[in-house]
Amino acid sequence: MAANNSTGSDTVKVLMKGNEAVGEAAIKAGCICYFAYPITPQTETPEYLAKRMEEENLIFLQAESELAAINMVYGASAAGVRVMTSSSSPGISLKQEGLSYIAGAELPCVIVNVVRGGPGLGNIEASQADYFQSTRGGGHGDYRCITLAPNSVQECYDMTMQAFDLSDYYRVPAIIQNDGIIGQLVEPFEIRPYKPMFEKFPPKDWALTGCAGRKPNVVRTLYLNPPDGLEQLNRKLDKRYKKIHDEVRWSEEFNCDSADLIIVAYGSTSRIAKSAIKRHNQNGKKVGMFRPKTLWPWPDVELVKIAQKNKGSKILVIEMSTGQMLEDVQLSLMDIVPKTDILFYGMGGGWNPTPDLIYEKISEILKK
Amino acid sequence: MNIIKTQPKSITTDSTKYCPGCGHGIVLRLIGEVVDELGIREKMILTAPVGCSVILYDYISCDVVECAHGRAPAIGTAIKRVHPDKFVLLYQGDGDLAAIGTAEIIHAANRGENMSAIFVNNAVYGMTGGQMAPTTLIGQRTTTSPFGRTIKGMGKPIRVCEMLATLEETKYLERTSIHSVRNINKTKLAIRKVFQNQLNGIGFSMVEILSMCPVGWRLSPKDATQFIEERMTNYFPLGVYKNTE
Ligand SMILES: Cc1ncc(C[n+]2csc(CCOP(=O)(O)OP(=O)(O)O)c2C)c(N)n1
Ligand code: SF4
Repeated sequence: MAANNSTGSDTVKVLMKGNEAVGEAAIKAGCICYFAYPITPQTETPEYLAKRMEEENLIFLQAESELAAINMVYGASAAGVRVMTSSSSPGISLKQEGLSYIAGAELPCVIVNVVRGGPGLGNIEASQADYFQSTRGGGHGDYRCITLAPNSVQECYDMTMQAFDLSDYYRVPAIIQNDGIIGQLVEPFEIRPYKPMFEKFPPKDWALTGCAGRKPNVVRTLYLNPPDGLEQLNRKLDKRYKKIHDEVRWSEEFNCDSADLIIVAYGSTSRIAKSAIKRHNQNGKKVGMFRPKTLWPWPDVELVKIAQKNKGSKILVIEMSTGQMLEDVQLSLMDIVPKTDILFYGMGGGWNPTPDLIYEKISEILKK
Repeated sequence: MNIIKTQPKSITTDSTKYCPGCGHGIVLRLIGEVVDELGIREKMILTAPVGCSVILYDYISCDVVECAHGRAPAIGTAIKRVHPDKFVLLYQGDGDLAAIGTAEIIHAANRGENMSAIFVNNAVYGMTGGQMAPTTLIGQRTTTSPFGRTIKGMGKPIRVCEMLATLEETKYLERTSIHSVRNINKTKLAIRKVFQNQLNGIGFSMVEILSMCPVGWRLSPKDATQFIEERMTNYFPLGVYKNTE
C-alpha cells in the first residue's frame, strides 16, 4: 500500500495559483490518491499533481471521464485511504452519481469544484451558480456534503487540509467550492505543516483490505432488508448532519457593528465586495460584511446574531448567480428582517462584479 | 461414504435468490471453488454489480464493494492501485459491462489494470425483468424488443471478447459457457486462469460466460440451456481470444 510521507515540513512563503495550492495541501494532508479529468478553469490542479504525486510516489490517474474519476474516488476511499478529485461545473454534474453513492456508503473524500458559468457548457468565466448543487446534495437522495468556500490562495491551502479532516471525522464527503477567480489567482501564501483538526479520528475499520483475521467488510448503498433499513440509514445520516451543523458553522464578519447595510458574500465576490465596503467606510458610511466560509452547514446562527445586533440594517446579498445563497439568507432571517430589506445584486453566466459596480450599488441603496 | 464435492468454504449460503435454472448460481459456485483452491478468500476484494447479482455479499465470505451500475472497473482500478497486493475481482452482467459501463471496462482494460473480470453474458437485463441488452441476439424477443431485435435501429449484439482483444494491454480473454457439465468444467479452468494471471501479476484478464436467464428469456431451464447451445454460441463463439504471458 502506498504511503504519504510528506505531511510534515516547515512553514514557507510561496507564490502559487489557488488551484496549485489545493494540490499541495492535499499532499500535505496525507492524500494518497487523486483522480481527475481535465477541464478549465481547474486544470492546474491535475497538472500540478501529475508531477508532485509522481515525486512523492503517490497515486495519480487521469480518468477517462469525471464519472470514472468519482468512482475511482469511491473505490480508493472504500479501500481506506485519503483521496481527492477536482473538476469544474460540467464535470461536477457528471460526478453527482458517484457523489450520491459515496454519501450513501458513508465514505470520506474531498471534491474540488472550481465553478464556471452554466447551464450546459456555459463559459469558462468564474461563477457561483453551483451553490444549490453543492449545498443541497446535488445527486439523488437525502444527503449533504460539507462545503467550504475559500476566498484566498491561503484559504485554498488551509481549507483543503481541513476538508480531509472534516470528511474523515464525520464520514461525509467534503467539497471545496472555489470559483475561476480564486482558482486562477496567483498570490503569496504560507505553506504550513499539516496539523490535524482533531486529536483522534474514528478508525477506518470498515475499509476493504481483505478480510484476513476479521469478518468481511461490505461497502454498500443498497438497503432492501430489513424493510426499514434505508430509513435507519437516513435517520443516522440526518443525525450526523445536525451534529455537523452544530459543530462546523464557519463564517467571518467585517464591520458589523451598528451597520446600515450588511453585505453577504462568499468566495471571490466577498473579496471584491470588501474593497468597495472599505471605500464607503472611509467616507464614514456604515457598511459591513458577513462572509460564510462553510456554505453547508450554512452559518445561520451567526447571521441571525449579526442581524439582531444591527436592527434596522438592510442586507445585500451579492452572488455570481441569479440568487441561490439568497434563499438561505432569506430563510435564516425571515423572522428578523423584513423581506423587502433583503436585497440582491448578481447575475449568472460568468458575470462578475467589480469594486466600482458594488460601490455604486451600495451608494444607491444608502441613498434610499 | 466418500465425499466427492462439498459446498465451497467461501460460499456462505446454500440458497440464493436467483431464479431456478439461473446461471449466476453456477458461476458463484465456480468462483467459490477456485477461491478455495487458490486460498485467496482473505485477500480478495470483490465488486458486486447492479444486476441480479448485486447481493453477492450475502453469498460469499470476502470483502465486497457494491458498485453503481457499470462502474466496477473504475472502482476496482482504484482499489487495486491502493492495495496492489490484494486480489480484486470484477463481477459484471452484460447491461452493466457492455452498455452503461462500456467506457469504464474499455479504459480499465486498456490501462492494463492487473485485475480479474468475470463477465456474465445472459443476453438480457435480468434484474429489471428481461429488457433488451447490448448482447441480445438478432430476432430475440425481450420486453423492450417485443417484435425481436432488429439490426436496423438497434444494432448488432456487441462481442465483448473480440472488442477487448483489440486492446493490446489485455492479457487473457476467453469466452465460455455453463449450459452443460463439460462447459461448466471448462469455465472453471478459465476462471482459474484469469485469477492466476492476477496473482502472477500478468495483467487484465477476463472470462465472458454465456449464462442462462430462463426467466428473462421466457424459457424453461432446460430450453434455456438449449438456447445457448443452438443460438448464443453461434453468434458468440466460445474460445480463447487473447493469451499473452
Ligand atoms: C443508473 C442506473 N440505471 C438503471 C438501473 C436499473 N437496473 C438495475 S439492474 C439493470 C440491468 C442489469 O442487467 P445485467 O447487467 O445484464 O445483469 P443481470 O441482472 O442480467 O444479471 C438495470 C438497468 C440502475 N440500477 N441504475
Ligand atoms: S432474472 Fe435471469 S439473471 Fe436474474 S436471477 Fe432470474 S434467471 Fe437469473
